[in-house]
Amino acid sequence: MAKDPAVYLMGLGVPDPKGIFGTTLGLQQKYGGVRVMDMPTSENGMTGVAIGSAIAGMRPVMTHQRIEFALLSIEQIVNQAAKWHYMFGGQMHIPLVIRMIVGRGWGQGPQHSQSLHAWFAHIPGLKVVMPVTPYDAKGLLISSIEDNNPVIFIEHRWLHNTFGDVPEEVYRVPLGKARLVRPGRDVTIVATSYMVLEAIRSAEILADVGIEAEIVDVRTLRPLDEDLILESVRKTGRFVVADTGWKTGGFGGEVLALIVEKVFDRLKSPPRRLGLMDCPTPTTPALSRFCYPRAIDLVSTVCQMFEISVERLNLSRWAVSVPLDVPDPSFTGPF
Amino acid sequence: MRADLLNRMYYDMLRIRLVEEKIAELYPEQEMRCPVHLCIGQEAIAVGVCANLSCDDYVLGTHRSHGHYLAKGGELKAMMAELYGKVTGCARGNGGSMHLTDLSAGFLGAVPIVGSTIPMAVGVALGALMKGESRVTVAFFGEGAVEEGVFHESVNFAALKKLPIIFVCENNRYSVYSPLSVRQPEGREVFELARGHGVESFQGDGNDVIEVYRLAGQAVHKARQRGGPVFLEFKTYRWREHCGPYYDNDLGYRTEEEFQAWRQNCPIERLRVRLFKEGILTEQANKEMMCRLEAEVQDAVAFAKQSPFPEERLLMEHVYAS
Repeated sequence: MAKDPAVYLMGLGVPDPKGIFGTTLGLQQKYGGVRVMDMPTSENGMTGVAIGSAIAGMRPVMTHQRIEFALLSIEQIVNQAAKWHYMFGGQMHIPLVIRMIVGRGWGQGPQHSQSLHAWFAHIPGLKVVMPVTPYDAKGLLISSIEDNNPVIFIEHRWLHNTFGDVPEEVYRVPLGKARLVRPGRDVTIVATSYMVLEAIRSAEILADVGIEAEIVDVRTLRPLDEDLILESVRKTGRFVVADTGWKTGGFGGEVLALIVEKVFDRLKSPPRRLGLMDCPTPTTPALSRFCYPRAIDLVSTVCQMFEISVERLNLSRWAVSVPLDVPDPSFTGPF
Repeated sequence: MRADLLNRMYYDMLRIRLVEEKIAELYPEQEMRCPVHLCIGQEAIAVGVCANLSCDDYVLGTHRSHGHYLAKGGELKAMMAELYGKVTGCARGNGGSMHLTDLSAGFLGAVPIVGSTIPMAVGVALGALMKGESRVTVAFFGEGAVEEGVFHESVNFAALKKLPIIFVCENNRYSVYSPLSVRQPEGREVFELARGHGVESFQGDGNDVIEVYRLAGQAVHKARQRGGPVFLEFKTYRWREHCGPYYDNDLGYRTEEEFQAWRQNCPIERLRVRLFKEGILTEQANKEMMCRLEAEVQDAVAFAKQSPFPEERLLMEHVYAS
């Protein structure tokens, strides 16, 4: 926003005291109410407004506190933002970023906890980004704002609490490039968003039985970094994808299909995918705890590939006593 | 009103009419392979509004925007080539009749999803304002669009921010085959909806180009003075079928009597009669005008037919902007 006066923010509550989980705090004081714009509860109309302002030369960054709110504007995102560049022969572009937040835990329930990135990743003309680390969140957001295409920037609520080194200066993490989180020779775990953290936990557990997992953080779902993913599977011969969306019709299936299409001859065992249980997420923690794939499920899946029984692992030393409906003990609700 | 302005508006309406009739004539050749939604009978609204705009002002349209495109100054050859799917088309063949564009004329774009260009037009007005520009934006749409929720969201926001936008509603009474009576309650005029949102609203005879010009002129003036948005409802009638080149009154969704009454109310004929009466236009001058226009239209068709199609390699171009 400091660099380019065309960049402006729009969203329900962007100037409010909570600052969209702290991400917009202080911005309205610094840049004023025109560039940091609260909006009427009109997601569909305001997305059209953002698109129109982009046509006129602005660079809007829109925020939805939950990805579900963006569903009201699917028509504008899919029919308009994604297509204006192509259907008018490349004469206009829509440099729009829409931040969407995936909820989880504390009884968010069926309509505050969906991860619908697969839908957006299906649409030619959109770019879809899911940052994991704080370093990547900043670098990818800057790249997304500078990109001349509509970018769907999906943040996971449980990643807002994580810490990491973030340089003060402006830097960019390129779109379309995955990140090798951890090298390993035995199995490739490709993960999206919060599942990268579960993958890292699972790798620690697997190392105990001598399985070295290579972890790939997808970062950009569209355009997907096929090269890095395929190279990894060529090396390890084993593959599992861990996704934050539902399994059926999910993004994991897309990556798995890619593996089968392109490196089938290098596979030592059938590729696997993990996702949410195929049901709306119930509110009661008694049930929601069964919806989400966790490190232990990744471990179990990988062990099956090596025909190792899970009992061999001394899992008691990994047991934790925090409830499963919060990201960490500091989170006391409600949103 | 000045004679030259009247002559010009007459010329512009006649031009649109001749273009649309030529499209209707050639469509059965099956070389324009996209849906066409002709605006025959509704020309006065496009012309009367756009006569108040400069090429710096912005217009967004719909599936029925051949007239808006031409009245705003969009290039005829490029439009014709677009209908023929040629690479010389205004959208390089990617858009067709329902997605016209001419940036040099300020006709930003058109889409056939009813209501969808309305919030975008509001956004264009917002963007122009944020950039400190003094442009005015016009959104053309039919009366069906005011039934879309997004229309109300757009008008609310435009009123909130006092944006320099004019909403022009062409009420032609039918949404494909559905009459107004099955879509909106009786006793409530369309323009009252915008008024309810706090937008100054007017209703006018859409087939009287002078009335259109006058009301639009007031709206444009207000918008330029940062006085806020205006909603204009113009009553008019579509002569031919919703989509395609033919007449379809035989289908029975509207009566022949109703059609004939509106046919007698032709906006071009009405102005011609007045121009003849006031001696502003002579029979001879009218004939010459028609000849010139017919030649221009023939040229545009020839250009379109002779232009090449886009090559296969262009399929994957422009999916993303660099």
